[in-house]
Amino acid sequence: MSKLNVVFLILFGVVLGLGCYSFIYAKGYSYMSDDPKACVNCHIMNENMDSWIKGTHHHVAKCNDCHLPHNIVGKYAVKALNGFNHSAAFTLQNFPDPIRIREHSLKVVKSSCLSCHQPMVQAMNHGGKNINEETNCLHCHRNVGHVK
Amino acid sequence: MTKSKGIFLAVGGAAIATVLLTALLVNIFERKTEAKNVFYRVVEITDDMDDPAIWGKNFPHQYDSYLRTADMRRTKYGGSEAFPHVPTELDPRDTVSQQKLDEDPRLKIMWAGYAFSKDFREERGHAYMLSDQIFTERQNVTKQPGTCLNCHASTYVLYKKLGDGDITKGFEEMNKIPYKEIVHSVNHPVSCIDCHDPSTMSLRVTRPAFIEGIRAFKATQGIKEYDVNKMATRQEMRTFVCGQCHVEYYFKGADKRLTYPWADGLKADQILEYYKKDGHKDWVHAETGASVLKAQHPEFEMFNQGTHARAGVACVDCHMPYERVGAMKITNHHVQSPLLNINKACQTCHNVPEGELKARAETIQDRHMELRNIAFDALVDYIKDLKEFKDIDLTKTPNKKLADARDLQKQAQFLFDFVEAENSSGFHAPQESARVLGLSIEKVREGQKLVAELRRELKTAK
Repeated sequence: MSKLNVVFLILFGVVLGLGCYSFIYAKGYSYMSDDPKACVNCHIMNENMDSWIKGTHHHVAKCNDCHLPHNIVGKYAVKALNGFNHSAAFTLQNFPDPIRIREHSLKVVKSSCLSCHQPMVQAMNHGGKNINEETNCLHCHRNVGHVK
Repeated sequence: MTKSKGIFLAVGGAAIATVLLTALLVNIFERKTEAKNVFYRVVEITDDMDDPAIWGKNFPHQYDSYLRTADMRRTKYGGSEAFPHVPTELDPRDTVSQQKLDEDPRLKIMWAGYAFSKDFREERGHAYMLSDQIFTERQNVTKQPGTCLNCHASTYVLYKKLGDGDITKGFEEMNKIPYKEIVHSVNHPVSCIDCHDPSTMSLRVTRPAFIEGIRAFKATQGIKEYDVNKMATRQEMRTFVCGQCHVEYYFKGADKRLTYPWADGLKADQILEYYKKDGHKDWVHAETGASVLKAQHPEFEMFNQGTHARAGVACVDCHMPYERVGAMKITNHHVQSPLLNINKACQTCHNVPEGELKARAETIQDRHMELRNIAFDALVDYIKDLKEFKDIDLTKTPNKKLADARDLQKQAQFLFDFVEAENSSGFHAPQESARVLGLSIEKVREGQKLVAELRRELKTAK
């Protein structure tokens, strides 16, 4: 092995080590799971977690059940995208507080409602008064998941 | 690639990667640390410290935002712009806010003969409450009592000093002393001690006028011997501390006791009823000879008629919303219009885009201002009508119709002024504001009927 390669490897090792330590320290691995505790890794989510524990959906749905699509590809794609956006926002502190949900995430949540409640609400989605406006479950049922 | 260039790139790349990773690591550490802590007691605060800077040592975030009340920003209808002012010996301010009397000259007609027709500027933030009162032109055209300080300065420590520990006694003493003599005894605009108990930081009411006023009002609801500092809930206190000053009031009797006229209720017409029984007048109108009243700034009364009050929202929820500093949740002490902070002030409850919320508020204000202008024109027209009878002295030539007509000016003017002086351009209680403006227009209509009759009578008499 040439001296140059040794230098490369040592530097690579240092960066890798530092990277791994940061990852573990920040509990990065927990993001692969469905455990709601992963979401309160950043304390901005504390209130949402607290109210979810006391909420009506507590026994049937965790964060990921509502906030991620219900197929394996979509789930991890959105998880990766949201995860990146959330950590960037929390690191840079450039987000509105109270947090506002994005248009895209709102669509995911709405389809999550339907994935469980579709049979019951089938009839409601047809012939709404305003065809430009999709029926939004959360407009009335905003407290079912968590308060904020 | 040469060997040296390779080493250079590897070291450089690794260095950059290390810097970024370390920065991220430190940031994560900071975020984790934030989540742990709360508040450090650096100094001991006593019940005699009115200097907010000392309190600010223990509560730096709250103090920082308190200092920002010096900001001058406006919304569509409220707030203030900074106008340069050349300092003079009498008035050393280098900025002032815009002159409302020039913006709407009808105000001068409504207040003719009263100090407010000489100088009435846009209200600025709490930081200016004392200096703007000391240097207003009104101080030069009239002699004000110490009572004015109740709401323009931090007076809690002064009450204690003047009353030997009894704030009500101190309050009574302060009211009697002329403004220009007592103003040197206060040091700050409203400060921490006026709303907070230093030993527990809990909210408290320190103004005897509010303690007495709210007791009178609670009595109308069948609650006897109401003691605000013992019986109010925390959420009520988050409105009451503001209601200590943002109210309708008058100076009662020779002692100039600050009094909130709530014994018949909080609504404009109930307050008018109170003044009718009390017989109070603020001045005699210079253009019509009618005895009239000046409404102050009844935000507390008007807010209580609105939907937000009904829903249990407090002043502080919108004007001093909670915000996150690090991982702490603190009350923002930069008291300002919620329209300048829609995310925190409104979106905590309203799950609606910012633009939509602003548009909703401004629609209410636009409609309010339109109706307010209609009512104002009616009032000014009526004042012009009454001018022709100004020289008739009712004590020499009694005339029931003219007395009634002048009384109707008093009523119409007070009702209009109640809405006009209330800071929110109708937002606090849109339907109530409209109702009161409608009543004002009705009084003008009744008055103009009397004027028509009076004109006929006086013509036939000649």
